Amino acid sequence: MSDLPPFETVLAENAQDVLGFLSATVGPSDADDCFQETFVAALRAYPGLEDSRNLRGWLLTIASRKAIDHFRARGRRAVPTGDGTEAGEPTTPGPEPSGEIWASVAALPEKQRLAVGLRFACDLPHREIAEALGSSEDAARRNLHEGLKTLRKELA
Amino acid sequence: MTKVEDMIEGAARAGRVEAGAAGNRFRSRAEADGLVDVAYTSADSPAGPLLLAATDDGLVRVGLPNQDCDELLVDLANRVSPRVLEAPGRLDQARRELEAYFAGELRTFDLALDWRLSSGFRQRVLREIDAIPYGETRSYTDMAKGAGNPKAVRAAGSACGSNPIPIVVPCHRVLRASGALGGYGGGLEMKRALLKLEGTMK
Repeated sequence: MSDLPPFETVLAENAQDVLGFLSATVGPSDADDCFQETFVAALRAYPGLEDSRNLRGWLLTIASRKAIDHFRARGRRAVPTGDGTEAGEPTTPGPEPSGEIWASVAALPEKQRLAVGLRFACDLPHREIAEALGSSEDAARRNLHEGLKTLRKELA
Repeated sequence: MTKVEDMIEGAARAGRVEAGAAGNRFRSRAEADGLVDVAYTSADSPAGPLLLAATDDGLVRVGLPNQDCDELLVDLANRVSPRVLEAPGRLDQARRELEAYFAGELRTFDLALDWRLSSGFRQRVLREIDAIPYGETRSYTDMAKGAGNPKAVRAAGSACGSNPIPIVVPCHRVLRASGALGGYGGGLEMKRALLKLEGTMK
């Protein structure tokens, strides 16, 4: 029969990475919804999974698709308000500047946004970023590069 | 200036700390949506923590305190379904009945059982064992006979040893014909304690 580990193990080992990635890409307030959808989809598909070697990559691929669904459902709303920062209070670069970075990340094109998240929230190498986004390694590299360039410019 | 990379990491870190709560919400939802093939939880007993696991059909596995919980879950994933999740709700009744049993307040379990982890002669032996009343004991020879093969005493002993649902299917009530304890997956000390609880041993 299968050699898939108990799904509980998959959840325990990857919940932090998936939620971290989603928090950095769809934002803190919608991360949980996408997290639930990601793991429900994963659990449904799990018994049919043929290759159990890279379960983290598999989950982050599903999470990336859920994030894209989420971006599209939201339309191209550039900068959501009320996420992580107090209204009227200018954000100052502190030790946990998640609110500020999130607003800028949210303004990036979707593939750049995901590439940046997969690289710096999950420490994924270019090859796995490409797999998660269903693109070539070159395209993943370009998305990452462009995304970073924009963020550096905005946050400089 | 904080580097962009560090800021993204910071945003991810802020999310990661919520993973425990998000995981719990997911477990509840998965169980409510019928996506959990094997639900499990742990329960207290005087001998230490037990692992309880159930399918839609009923209680499928009881892990004794001396058994490795992770190994049991891997075995369930391989033999039943990899959709194994911690979902205590489905095991509420089993946990309550076991508590009452250990408190000496319950003599007969009223739980649906899933026998799929045993088959053939072994399962027939286990079903024989399931019929031994509280406070009584039988011999391995009795079990072999009851399962339809009086000569297979050794095989009956090994069927007892492979019991996936100990305590509830009371293999501790099976002794050697001489009255000696025989064996027990949870250790002889536990077997002795269960027999004392039931008043069959001083």
